[in-house]
Amino acid sequence: MHMADALISPLVGGVMWAASAGITVYSASKLKAGGDDRIVPLMGVLGAFIFAAQMINFSIPGTGSSGHLGGGMLLSILLGPYAAFLTLASVLTVQALFFADGGLLALGCNIFNLAFFPCFVAYPLIYRPIAGTQPTGKRVVAGSLVAAIVGLQLGAAAVVLETSLAGISELPFGTFLLLMLPIHLAIGIVEGLLTAAVVSFVGSARPDILTVAASSRQPARHGGGRLLAGLLLLSALTGGLFSWFASPQHDGLEWAIFHSTGRETLPTPVTDAHSLAAALQDRTALLPDYGFRQAAESGDAAAAGNVAGTGEETGKAWPDVNAGTSVSGLLGATISMLLAGLLGFILLRLRQRP
Amino acid sequence: MARIDASSSNLSYLDGLAYRDSPIHRLDPRVKLITTLLFIVCVVSFNKYELSALLPFAIYPVILLALARLPPRYLLRHLLLAVTFALCIGLFNPLFDRATLLHVGSIEISGGWISFASIMLRFVLTVSAALILVASTGFDSLCLALARLGAPSPFVVQLLLLYRYLFVLVDEAMRLSRARSQRSFGRRGMELSVVASLLAQLLLRTLDRAQRIYLAMQCRGFDGEVRLLRPLRIGASDVLFLSGWTAILLGLRLRDSAPALGQAIGALLPW
Repeated sequence: MHMADALISPLVGGVMWAASAGITVYSASKLKAGGDDRIVPLMGVLGAFIFAAQMINFSIPGTGSSGHLGGGMLLSILLGPYAAFLTLASVLTVQALFFADGGLLALGCNIFNLAFFPCFVAYPLIYRPIAGTQPTGKRVVAGSLVAAIVGLQLGAAAVVLETSLAGISELPFGTFLLLMLPIHLAIGIVEGLLTAAVVSFVGSARPDILTVAASSRQPARHGGGRLLAGLLLLSALTGGLFSWFASPQHDGLEWAIFHSTGRETLPTPVTDAHSLAAALQDRTALLPDYGFRQAAESGDAAAAGNVAGTGEETGKAWPDVNAGTSVSGLLGATISMLLAGLLGFILLRLRQRP
Repeated sequence: MARIDASSSNLSYLDGLAYRDSPIHRLDPRVKLITTLLFIVCVVSFNKYELSALLPFAIYPVILLALARLPPRYLLRHLLLAVTFALCIGLFNPLFDRATLLHVGSIEISGGWISFASIMLRFVLTVSAALILVASTGFDSLCLALARLGAPSPFVVQLLLLYRYLFVLVDEAMRLSRARSQRSFGRRGMELSVVASLLAQLLLRTLDRAQRIYLAMQCRGFDGEVRLLRPLRIGASDVLFLSGWTAILLGLRLRDSAPALGQAIGALLPW
């Protein structure tokens, strides 16, 4: 579920970083405005608890595999959305830094997928209406089950969307979605049941904790509305940006479009706005398309002839093969890597000598 | 169980590495953080079929690894532990992208395999850069850098407290887990209900601990702010490090030096 740096583009990573940073700043200011500094050590220790809880695994009924607690829903129930978001963000940061679960650039995506959806969507919109402020056993179970499932489904869908927009993975959008959603449905059911069991246990052993959490730290209504409006604006902006910048490599979306309309691309209405966008895209493309695809489609035979020719002709002139990774490029890259390794080795030796 | 022990010992080992001394360890954490982010953005910004231009970027982790005197074998083990997601998703590329892009002699290599290799290369580069950052800086200094770069203070405080209690609670969870496995011979005790009560016990202990910590902090005059009193100073070596690597990384990003080098070497080889 943690996205890796290797599978995203700078644009996707950057936009999601901005979104997550924005929510972090917002949550932090909300927390400061709350003025309850009891929550500071509580958040710290509960974040560490999430790590610790992930070390106690259990067998998933009906399968041979084992799973562990994710913790997003549990933290939201115990801490309220703002503190839970900050706590989950800190957990994900430590995971990215120390366990290489996800990367530094993908951290924005991961915080958004794994912390935003449970804390700001599933908890206020699903858990609280079902479970209410005075939770009885069954309502807690139903609430945390449904909320955990929805939170994880949204997160999984976001992973698919971000991966497809980045265009590094070849997995078609629809296939990837069909792969991710059922897996995360199973994970969500287990997560929900576990959350419900832990919450019920705490509720029977120390009911004061849950009532304090439910009464004092519920989200302010209009504040949530403003956040939602800001996010809608952000997503609209993001969508616009994505469609401008990253279109040449949208294999996933193109695949979905191809299968739903029978055409590779949707018929483009020729309007001023579209030609402007196209011109802007040509002008500002962050990732200029190397001649790879074109070589594969149009000049495949020529490129093949060129590369095959290098073997036969003597190497006096290395032909400029229009396939991004030419043999000379790979040779040069390997040599430069060997040089780097040699340099590192020498540096290591020099440092060890004195 | 083996995975738990491994990740726990990894954590403390990585923490220990940060207390060593080297020219890289002595650099300002802000400089290292920014350089690492720049490196990752440069690596990730290539198109998905790029291989040759990515390989020279290995110079950054290799040189930092050597200068910071970090053990390479440890880094490799860490890479192997973390590789699953990128590997699983990346392996679909050869399945879906079968258009032949490269001919080496009579062997046809499809675009999917090239982009898969590119993904794996990106993975190794970005993850090793991040691991080197942590191993040569330490978590406290990184938090300090984040605070100075404008991260909201509740978040920085949260990171610091989380890290402080991570080791304590992980030890506690490992004790619970070990006690369970010793009583269950690896078979019973894995049911959801048992795990739920174990987790709830751990949670109750955690909450009690939070209460004790809060009282102790209040006795010492805690007012909601954690003050970081370590001076950070940008020196000449920091400026040199940042500007040097910025020049090298941008140079490698903008100009693919590999083909030129390959041509030069190729001209020397007798074929």
